[in-house]
Amino acid sequence: MNQKINDFVVRFANTNGTGSASANNMFAKAIFRMGIPVSAKNIFPSNIQGMPTWYEVRVSDKGYLGRRGGRADLLVAMNAQSLTADIQSVESGGYLFYDSSKPLDEAVLRDDIHMLGMPISMICVKEYSDPRQRQLFKNVIYIGALAALLEIEFQVLKDLISDQFKGKEKLITPNIHALEIGFQFATSHFECPLPFRVERREFNRGKIMMDGNTATALGALYGGATVVGWYPITPSTSVVEKFAAYCQRLRIDPASGNKNFAIVQAEDELAAMGMVLGATWNGARAFTATSGPGVSLMTEFLGLGYFAELPAVLINVQRAGPSTGMPTRTQQADLLACAYASHGDTKHVLLFPADPEECFSLTARAFDIADQLQTPVILMSDLEIGMNDHLCCELEWQDDYQYQRGKVLSAAELDELERYGRYLDVDGDGICYRVLPGEHPQKGAFFTRGTSRDRFAVYTEKGDEYVQNMNRLAEKFRTAVRYLPRPECREGDKSAAIGLIYYGSTTAAIEEAQDLLRDQGLSSDCLRIRAFPFHSEVQDFIERHQQVFVIEQNRDGQMRTLLTMELEQDPQQLQSVLHFDGLPISGRFIAAEIVARLAREAQTQEAG
Amino acid sequence: MSFQKSKFHHPRLPLNELGLSYRDYEGSLSTLCAGCGHDAISAAVIQACHELSIPPHRVAKMSGIGCSSKAPNYFMNRAHGFNTVHGRMPSVTTGANMANRELIYIGMSGDGDTASIGLGQFAHVVRRRLNMLYMVANNGVYGLTKGQTAATADLGSHSKSGEANLFADIDLCVMALQLGASMVGRSFSGDKKQLVPLIKAALSHRGFAFLDIISPCVTFNNHATSTRSYDYVHEHIKAAGVVDFVPARTEIVSKFDNQKLEDICLHDGSILRIRRTDDDYDTHDSRKAVAAIEEHKAKGEILTGLLYIDPTPQEYHEMAGTSATPLSRLSQEDLCPGSRVLANINASFR
Repeated sequence: MNQKINDFVVRFANTNGTGSASANNMFAKAIFRMGIPVSAKNIFPSNIQGMPTWYEVRVSDKGYLGRRGGRADLLVAMNAQSLTADIQSVESGGYLFYDSSKPLDEAVLRDDIHMLGMPISMICVKEYSDPRQRQLFKNVIYIGALAALLEIEFQVLKDLISDQFKGKEKLITPNIHALEIGFQFATSHFECPLPFRVERREFNRGKIMMDGNTATALGALYGGATVVGWYPITPSTSVVEKFAAYCQRLRIDPASGNKNFAIVQAEDELAAMGMVLGATWNGARAFTATSGPGVSLMTEFLGLGYFAELPAVLINVQRAGPSTGMPTRTQQADLLACAYASHGDTKHVLLFPADPEECFSLTARAFDIADQLQTPVILMSDLEIGMNDHLCCELEWQDDYQYQRGKVLSAAELDELERYGRYLDVDGDGICYRVLPGEHPQKGAFFTRGTSRDRFAVYTEKGDEYVQNMNRLAEKFRTAVRYLPRPECREGDKSAAIGLIYYGSTTAAIEEAQDLLRDQGLSSDCLRIRAFPFHSEVQDFIERHQQVFVIEQNRDGQMRTLLTMELEQDPQQLQSVLHFDGLPISGRFIAAEIVARLAREAQTQEAG
Repeated sequence: MSFQKSKFHHPRLPLNELGLSYRDYEGSLSTLCAGCGHDAISAAVIQACHELSIPPHRVAKMSGIGCSSKAPNYFMNRAHGFNTVHGRMPSVTTGANMANRELIYIGMSGDGDTASIGLGQFAHVVRRRLNMLYMVANNGVYGLTKGQTAATADLGSHSKSGEANLFADIDLCVMALQLGASMVGRSFSGDKKQLVPLIKAALSHRGFAFLDIISPCVTFNNHATSTRSYDYVHEHIKAAGVVDFVPARTEIVSKFDNQKLEDICLHDGSILRIRRTDDDYDTHDSRKAVAAIEEHKAKGEILTGLLYIDPTPQEYHEMAGTSATPLSRLSQEDLCPGSRVLANINASFR
């Protein structure tokens, strides 16, 4: 194998519940702190304990942060249950680091890979008397061995241990000792370093490594959310848990000790969304976080929010559906269910963050958008963004930024009105003026309801009033575009025939896909959608390109459907590149699909 | 449909402390069937709020779906109303109350809305000790969908089409008592003398107050074989006590026989006065209240009146320790930690 610096994949195979997560995370973080681009993916089962779990770390000098795909260069095999499959997942010429306390079954061995055996279990039995310690330190020991094999700076690891156990100093020395056990063993038994290794860089200035759910929680905090109704569901649970934790630190009134927030774990997702609407009706900023099955249950209230014109922020951390699907695998398959959630003619504003930094900024902005448009806004995150650590830009907040509360009439403004009409389109943009309960002793009171009403909020079944109201809501949806983030368009010399459209977590794989296509002589332009309804740039981009590939992580090409329907686009012009096995999409996959598609087309044309 | 009433009223109508007359507490003209018990409940709410001098605009009228849930249209036009979706009034009220603890929440629901589709939300709003008045206009039948049996209908009672109810009824007062409501009462829409003081007490009670109000359906459930008809209820009613409510700041004049009087002081200083008709009845013991309801039921009687009250209850905001200022009124300065704090947060992710 040629010498490779900062360009390889290490995969850890562990057992759920053995404490490997924090050790593996330390490995990725050490590479991050050495200034090298790194991405890490948890691949875990929907189970608490005892099942196989993987952690995949990609190191890339080129800054590729998507999954590389394919086999690993180094596999750390710590789970006997998955060993046979794990051995098969090593790149030819690659390395298997395994626990050699027990001899390996020769039948599963491969002669095209290198074996690095270390009797970790035996070492742990000798070193530690407590069974839990034997289990936990095993993970730290193999990280120490990898430090020697890959030339990770030992001081960086020691600093990480010190940071991790701040306040529990007793634990620092034994952890560093465990790292040293592994390091010493590797140095004296293996040829170190391996042909691939890390080397310090300065690529990570101004960058952080954070998961999207934490960033979303911070976005809600900075966006001024005070009320949360929620129901736990993977992979969204940590959004509210982190929100609660940050609120405990940052939202307690110092004088009284009272909380400037209220969080209720509801009896179900229906109630969670009901609480959000009740709170926003009263003028608070409120949100809930859920995943696909929860969205199904919240659909009734989303329809009420749309028709009664109440702001709401719903964080949807998507997972693989339909129904219970694969609860701990990622997908972008809730698009249509969210865009048109509820019966009747209903449409919702969607936002598509690509990384944690955008989870933060778009969540904060979602509260403004919901207030300005007086409608539910759904942030379409997913498990890959939400639960994995990502290298991203630091979170930023402008202190002079003012929350946009939209059209809310004060008591003084009501006094000046001769007659207030809740659903009067005064400004001609489809957005009406609302009044909060309790504001004025005589004026402005109305009934908020899911049934048809006239411009003065009086119940009516008159067809013309209903049609006028529905048309105004459609107009409001067109107005919405003004308040939404523009797409991100990257075009080269305008000669590229291929256009790539993508959104959300797919973004991480695009740069690499474009490079791989370029290697094959195919130049491409790209456009990242950040919001629904679509800006006109999306249509312009499609019209400028002969062939547009819509890349997404679902089976049915849901974004393609949405583009086709909402832009009244010829479906022939949009081709789908679809990846939906539950793992994040890779640049390799995208490039290979497009190349194969073009080759097939060329063949057909020749035959024709 | 809702029809507006004429704004004219007699200039010499009595005014309350706010200078408002009874008419200022009215709503739109009712579109419920003539003689509907729900209209009597609306009238009782109007009287109670007027007598308590509640500022109408500080009331939030919350409801779900059904005949009962239309009723908030028919009282207090100056209050904001929220007609939510079927059975989900409790969660919307929870959110509204979390956001603004200062409004007075009147939840109006029916037997279908609360005991069937909304039973889950009902149970949980009681657990959360929300400071609200939750009223069920209970007629044991579905009115808007024309006569189906409700979950509160008695076992063996017959629907208008003659079908016997196969299933046991859900007693919402028993549920509320078991789940920790701090005030529980049962009344009859036709008994204004009992109902008005109960509503006044519930509105002055800082905690979760539940009132199950039997409200016969004149159109679908007022026939001879029904146990929710006017005649049946009149014949089988049994009061746990005579209730009177003395608002704070008014002179208290005893109207009852002193021997059997009990005064309960509420948060605003008002007095809830109970004259016992049943010597054994203890309004401060929720388990005995459950037993009494069951005993009277076994005798074919409906026990009404104040069934239970905890004079020192806790409500949601006290338990959660939320800000005294309503959350909806906190400013950006109160809520946003700013860029310097964010710089520290960024540092913790390097």
